[in-house]
Amino acid sequence: MSLHLDAGRRAGPASPPPPDATARTLAQRRWSSRRGRFDHKVSPYIYVAPFFVLFGVFGLYPLIYTAWVSLRNWDYIGGDKGFVGLKNYTELLKDDWFTGAVFNTVGMFIVATVPQLLLALMLAYALNRQMRARTLFRMGILVPNITSVVAVGIIFAQLFSRDWGLINWVLGLVGVDPIDWRASQWASWTAISTMVDWRWTGYNSLIFLAAMQAIPKDLYESAAIDGASTWRQFWKITVPMLRPTIIFAVIISTIGGLQLFTEPLVFIGGNGAILGGSERQAQTVTMYLVETAFRRFDFGYGAAIAWLLFLLILIISIFNVWLVRRLAAYGSNKAGV
Amino acid sequence: MTVSWRRRAFAAVALSMGAVLAIAGCSKEPAGGGGGNQKINLIVDVFGTFGYEDLYRQYMQANPNVTIQERGTGANLGDYTPKLTQYLASGSGAGDVVAIEEGTLVQFKAQADKFEDLKKYGADADANNFLPWKWEQGTTPDGKILGLGTDVGGMAMCYRSDLFAAAGLPTAREDVSKLWPTWDAYIAAGKTFKTKVKDAGFIDAGTNTFNLILMQMAGNGGGYTYYDKSNNLVIDTNPVVKQAWDKTMEVIGAGLSANLQSWTDGWTAGFKNAKFATIACPAWMTGVIKGNAGDGAAGKWDIAAAPGGGGNWGGSFLAVPSQGKNKAEAAKLARFLTSPQGQIAAFKSKGNLPSSPQALADDAVKNAVNDYFTNAPTGTIYGAGATALKPVYLGPKNQDVRDQVENAIRSVEQGNKTPDAAWTQAVADAKKVAS
Repeated sequence: MSLHLDAGRRAGPASPPPPDATARTLAQRRWSSRRGRFDHKVSPYIYVAPFFVLFGVFGLYPLIYTAWVSLRNWDYIGGDKGFVGLKNYTELLKDDWFTGAVFNTVGMFIVATVPQLLLALMLAYALNRQMRARTLFRMGILVPNITSVVAVGIIFAQLFSRDWGLINWVLGLVGVDPIDWRASQWASWTAISTMVDWRWTGYNSLIFLAAMQAIPKDLYESAAIDGASTWRQFWKITVPMLRPTIIFAVIISTIGGLQLFTEPLVFIGGNGAILGGSERQAQTVTMYLVETAFRRFDFGYGAAIAWLLFLLILIISIFNVWLVRRLAAYGSNKAGV
Repeated sequence: MTVSWRRRAFAAVALSMGAVLAIAGCSKEPAGGGGGNQKINLIVDVFGTFGYEDLYRQYMQANPNVTIQERGTGANLGDYTPKLTQYLASGSGAGDVVAIEEGTLVQFKAQADKFEDLKKYGADADANNFLPWKWEQGTTPDGKILGLGTDVGGMAMCYRSDLFAAAGLPTAREDVSKLWPTWDAYIAAGKTFKTKVKDAGFIDAGTNTFNLILMQMAGNGGGYTYYDKSNNLVIDTNPVVKQAWDKTMEVIGAGLSANLQSWTDGWTAGFKNAKFATIACPAWMTGVIKGNAGDGAAGKWDIAAAPGGGGNWGGSFLAVPSQGKNKAEAAKLARFLTSPQGQIAAFKSKGNLPSSPQALADDAVKNAVNDYFTNAPTGTIYGAGATALKPVYLGPKNQDVRDQVENAIRSVEQGNKTPDAAWTQAVADAKKVAS
């Protein structure tokens, strides 16, 4: 606003011929010092404003609006039927489709994330050593991450096809009968987790690698002089020193893993894909959310699912941080670092 | 400082203003009237294959100021319906003309205020262009014309004659039709087939067979399936649903299903790899088979009568949402596409069976043969029963209920549940989504 006022002022005296050049210069100088202070104080806020404006519109507003909707009985065909308090939430906690979806989501998160982070750690450790064409390998492990998730989903859905899949063909070579990867819970979880790991292991490796490079070399040297094996160095120096990075990776994986959506959807496929299979064996919370809110158009119930998912992520993230802190503290104590 | 404060402050404000404008950028264009020579772009939203390409070309030639764009070609209904529902809810985004499948029609009829009454645009003159029950389906109880019928899903059974030959079954379509006057005879033929051919199923999936049996039994029975005509969920009390279920379980129990979930990659590949010998075949399915099985299987498919007589499965309508800009033009296009001539063209293109008695009586339909299906006389096979079709009423959440029942059938096919446990589950799940 002040800019506008000022622009008006400037435009005013500009049209008639200037009566006195010196007076104008003085006035300008006074102005410019006031402007300087204004600039100094206000500019930073204006510079950061775009983020907060965008966050407010696309983040905060939907969040609050969702909370409001979740307290109402609102379905698309019948319209908004008014305030119902926490009824949607209490019903949700009794809904076995919801608890099943939570179980699937957490289950797939564990099946996918634990091996993923361990593997990423090993990979990063390997890539941190002297080797030929190191940059090529370092860049190479990120390639799965930059491919489109739907493309990955389609390819993996074919790899895990019952009749024509590569995986079943390989298993057939060693005498294992074809597995219907979509039929049972453990099979679909395994297939979907493989997809997730394919995409995210490389990404996490690079993050670990960056952190590893910041660990002072002399720690390893002195450990080596004391006779510590490579394996021991890895667990007693590398892992404890990576603690903040591991916490970061775990939180990012938690947020991503608990919002798992595209992979199971593409993997199951067909008309009822959003149900996550014949027994809902691979339906995640986000899929159930979309099913209720955007297939059956029960907006209030769907909004309640969204908020419970948010709380779930919060709780699991906090638990993870606590767990990682404990583990890493334990490691560093034993190593005496 | 070479860059003045003014410029920097201006930059900052411009940046944030830009962001805000970008958000507000999806503002409405000025509303244009449907007048004279003004350029008009009409969007037609469809799913699957409607076969309108030639008709669009014709229409654009006759109306040089109109361009037509089709969206959603080949999309499956499960994705299409929620999208359309969202467009209607938010008041923008829907095409000028939208296709509505009969299974979801009741849901959209409940929101009749979101659609134009096509009577306003003279569509009441078209009443005699449609089979009476099809016309009635597209009309709301208070007489508003919501949708104009496109096609009906007359029923037949498509089969692969090469697999039938391998199993020692008859291959000529008249003989095949005689082979299965009833579903029990069909199952018996399937058992014979399975003793000879091990690496292919007799049917693609239990779900398609179930839908065929259900629609047929409902047509011959009370005329409704999961919902009665007052929109009460009657899945557990309507005897035809359980009968159709039991018959399907017999088919699955005899080991006839290739267990390929319909509309998935595996199902599509199953057509190419000759993984099943028969498929429930409403008229619109012939286009799907041709698309999935590809040129390599031309002449290997043929069409016989469906076991247990005729029936109707599927068929669609065209409607004009009120949110559109060029409603008059859209209504005109919808009337053109659903005219007898339009329906004949769609039949020739994709095999969609006309819902217009004039089109059904037309030589172009009556004498039509489909060279892909070993020159099967599709016009007579489907057309014969079409005028005598008994409509089946489908309730408001038909699609959601159907999804649950299909899931339960798959669960049996995959060996996760016994038929009895799956039926209990299907009924419980159906009640849950319908509530």
